[in-house]
Amino acid sequence: MHQSSPFNHRLLPYLLVLPQIAVTLAFFIWPALNAVWLSTRQEDAFGLSSEFVGLEHYIAIFHDGTYTRALVNTAVFSTGVTVVSLALALLLAVMADRVVRGAMVYKTLLIWPYAVAPAVAGVIWWLAFNPSIGVVAYFINILGYDWNHLIKARDAMMLVIFAAAWKQISYNFLFFLAGLQAIPRSLIEAAALDGASPFRRFWTVIFPLLSPTTFFLLVVNIIYAFFDTFALIHATTAGGPAGSTETLVLKVFMDGFVGLDLGGSSAQSVVLMVMVMALTVVQFRFVERKVQY
Amino acid sequence: MVENRPWLTVIAHVVLLLGLLITAFPVWLTFVASTHEGTALTQFPMPLWPGSHFLDNYGTILFSGAKAAGGQPVLLMLGNSLIVALGIAVGKIAISIIAAYAIVYFRFPLRQTFFWMIFMTLMLPVEVRIMPTFEITANLGLLNSYSGLIVPLIASATATFLFRQFFLTIPVELVEAARLDGAGPIRFFRDVLLPLSRTNIAALFVILFIYGWNQYLWPLVVSTDPSLTTIMTGINALVRVPDSEPQWHLLMAMSMLAMLPPILVVVVMQKLFVRGLVETEK
Amino acid sequence: MKFRSLTLATASVAATLAMGTGANAATEIQFWHAMGGELGAKVQEIADKFNASQADYKVVPVFKGTYTETMTGAITAFRAKQQPHIVQVFEVGTATMMAAQGAVYPVYQLMADAKLPFDAKSYLQAVSGYYTDTNGNMLSMPFNSSTPVLYYNKTAFAKAGLDPNTPPKTWKDVETYSEKLLAAGYKCGFSTGWMPWVQMETFLALHNQPIGTKGNGFGGLDTELTVNGPLELRHITNMAEWAKKGIFKYTGRRSDGAPSFYNEECTMYMNSSGGYAGVKANAKTFEFGVGMLPYYDDVKGAPQNSIIGGAALWVLKGHKAEDYKGVGQFFNFISKPEIQADWHQVTGYLPITTAAYELSKAQGFYDRNPGTDMSVRQINLNPPTENSKGLRFGNYAQIRDVIDEELEGVWSGQKTPKDALDSIVKRGNDLLRKFEKTNG
Repeated sequence: MHQSSPFNHRLLPYLLVLPQIAVTLAFFIWPALNAVWLSTRQEDAFGLSSEFVGLEHYIAIFHDGTYTRALVNTAVFSTGVTVVSLALALLLAVMADRVVRGAMVYKTLLIWPYAVAPAVAGVIWWLAFNPSIGVVAYFINILGYDWNHLIKARDAMMLVIFAAAWKQISYNFLFFLAGLQAIPRSLIEAAALDGASPFRRFWTVIFPLLSPTTFFLLVVNIIYAFFDTFALIHATTAGGPAGSTETLVLKVFMDGFVGLDLGGSSAQSVVLMVMVMALTVVQFRFVERKVQY
Repeated sequence: MVENRPWLTVIAHVVLLLGLLITAFPVWLTFVASTHEGTALTQFPMPLWPGSHFLDNYGTILFSGAKAAGGQPVLLMLGNSLIVALGIAVGKIAISIIAAYAIVYFRFPLRQTFFWMIFMTLMLPVEVRIMPTFEITANLGLLNSYSGLIVPLIASATATFLFRQFFLTIPVELVEAARLDGAGPIRFFRDVLLPLSRTNIAALFVILFIYGWNQYLWPLVVSTDPSLTTIMTGINALVRVPDSEPQWHLLMAMSMLAMLPPILVVVVMQKLFVRGLVETEK
Repeated sequence: MKFRSLTLATASVAATLAMGTGANAATEIQFWHAMGGELGAKVQEIADKFNASQADYKVVPVFKGTYTETMTGAITAFRAKQQPHIVQVFEVGTATMMAAQGAVYPVYQLMADAKLPFDAKSYLQAVSGYYTDTNGNMLSMPFNSSTPVLYYNKTAFAKAGLDPNTPPKTWKDVETYSEKLLAAGYKCGFSTGWMPWVQMETFLALHNQPIGTKGNGFGGLDTELTVNGPLELRHITNMAEWAKKGIFKYTGRRSDGAPSFYNEECTMYMNSSGGYAGVKANAKTFEFGVGMLPYYDDVKGAPQNSIIGGAALWVLKGHKAEDYKGVGQFFNFISKPEIQADWHQVTGYLPITTAAYELSKAQGFYDRNPGTDMSVRQINLNPPTENSKGLRFGNYAQIRDVIDEELEGVWSGQKTPKDALDSIVKRGNDLLRKFEKTNG
């Protein structure tokens, strides 16, 4: 935040952040602190008995042989989702920004998938890639590859990356489009008059101007891939085969929401939060420097 | 367009069509399945072209099929979802834009702390914090009410972050000029920032409306009043059939109906995607 | 609308709706369930019938998502003192519910407190046994119980020169039949749903072998898994061999393999008897039959009896004594032969009482729908033993995931059956110790 402070008011800024902070405190910070507290305790599902166990749950995480595997899976998965969804969305947004004929139809149809109910999207991908009846699996087989994500770890990872990225393409597309539309046409025209090719113009003029949006989407997509994808993974591969698509947050979900191991899952989510906080701080410190405001 | 290069336009159309093929495929499959009979979807080969049961299936879901989906009329569920989605979208945008405004344009103690506090909300999905969140909602007396469905989901790191990103791109000269004109912070916000943010508000509204529309677990947990059932609960009641097979045709027909309001929002909001809003001001 | 005012409002509405019942306001009983689709409509119908049968109580069924969502939702509500009276909990949650003595109101006790007639003996032993403690007291009310059976493709059997009316009895039969079916051009012999339930829990029970120590966990929280014994090892080793030949095909977790049977890829399919309606609707191109699960005939005591899965109704404490009278009446109502027989016949779930089974038989239901009694006959093969009564392990949802996960290592060729089973026992026991510590 490199601008000088334009307004001086003592009370006003606090009033402006108040509603957001109030909701955050009640529904996020308090539950988060609750998670920290629970992570040091051994408690049954109904909350009938509770006992302080110190750092036991944290120590257990690092003795859990499947944790490292989940960590690696999460890294592969998050990178895959972020790269695929950002790259495809940017490409589509630039193209949609270019065309005149049918623009409205393209834009609507490209955003539409975001409105598919998550439960239904899970079912659709499950059906489409099903090795017995799936139409996508069928076409992949015709191309000469024996698709079976129920047994092959790599197929399963590709499936969950694809399904998770698919949902984000519409999201990223929309914000890239909004960002592109906000770029002053005069700048692009000036570059065109200088004789820059469309491709060069994109990298030297448009992409830098888009960098605040790109940075926003980068951060949001990584966090999405980390935290918001367990329902989808649960519906399509359930972490299988043999744990090859089990991510950290799926573990939190399975142990906490499904298994009702409140202490253990709280410790896991605290570790996860610290990890992603660190990752986000790094992005703000080092990546944001390249952003042109 | 800046210049006329026909081959680039052709490439653009080809890329867009390929993109559509991938992204819109589930939408198409949903539609196709909603026009076949119930067992068509699990047969090989899966149908890829609409069938002949369009009227039957949609008629059933609109007029009599709701029984299997939680017992509430589809229109009631759509209405509830509309209220919840609008409440969440408008609420999130309203509290986020003023919070981002404070964080970018004012210097005050705890500014960064507030920003990171808001940011943290991205990292706690509702499934993970369900017990404490439910408890506080119950203590506030918000169970079985629209407020209970809306307020706990209203904090938005995404929106605050996006507005921050956008405000940072607004030239300092603009603020200086406004100040020379004697505009105070509130007038500057209303007369300069708000109009400039139109495109971003439109994009956010689309995303947040759909986010609210697609909420499932929270409404399910927080209400036991059948008259507050949302369309997502109805859809999930059709999906989650233990031991047996869902009635695919009704499920898909209901899913198509459930997509109409969000699509309407997409179409309407696109009108606000007008190029040149920023440049005229610069 | 707040919770209490809502309750009052609906109660008064209910009272005015209850025809000719005088001025008594009906007490509302919240019943949270996980029955989506047509099952949910059926649950509503049963509640409506009960509500019409008397004027004091009104049972309100509320769909609360999947089994997991329903159970976690009810526990969440309990922690905030907003719990329902009745919650439907799937079988893997049984140990958690039983351990929560301060939260759960045992059914036998509720019936005694409410002074309602209740005869635990009238329930099918294999069903009620799953939900009784070691003293024989019923802790919850069985609702939708099922047991795995064998579905097979009669048309394919005929084409392969097999007798369409004789399903395989033993695993040896499964192997030889499959070879004939493969030779006749079919792609896969058999597939299975719910691997841990069908090929491990039920498999061992059917051979009268333990799944864990302490009577499969009924005897105490300090139980340990014993699924790496010679019989399970033999079975998993066979399945791994069969997978290479195409006799067995792994089609995923849960019931994800169903389409492979519907599309005549796999000619035999082992899964819940509750899936009967789904199989009937989707088996479009062929005739299907139902048989019992196969067994190894050289194992002494086999076939014993199969165990159940599905869900039961648990009562949560914290409401007025008066309310629980209504809960008891409702339980007696759903146990009535005509209600049970109807539920059983429409859904394919087991009838939970002997009377309902007899009634269905008398009504000629099994003659009209051959194969639908296979599940009842299979759980009634012999009086349940300690090994075949059921199982009660804590953290069992995660243990089932471990089982799926480790066995997938076998199907993909990364692990030997022995390594996988040893690993299941080790990781499973860790989870059991954790549960013991939390709930001990």
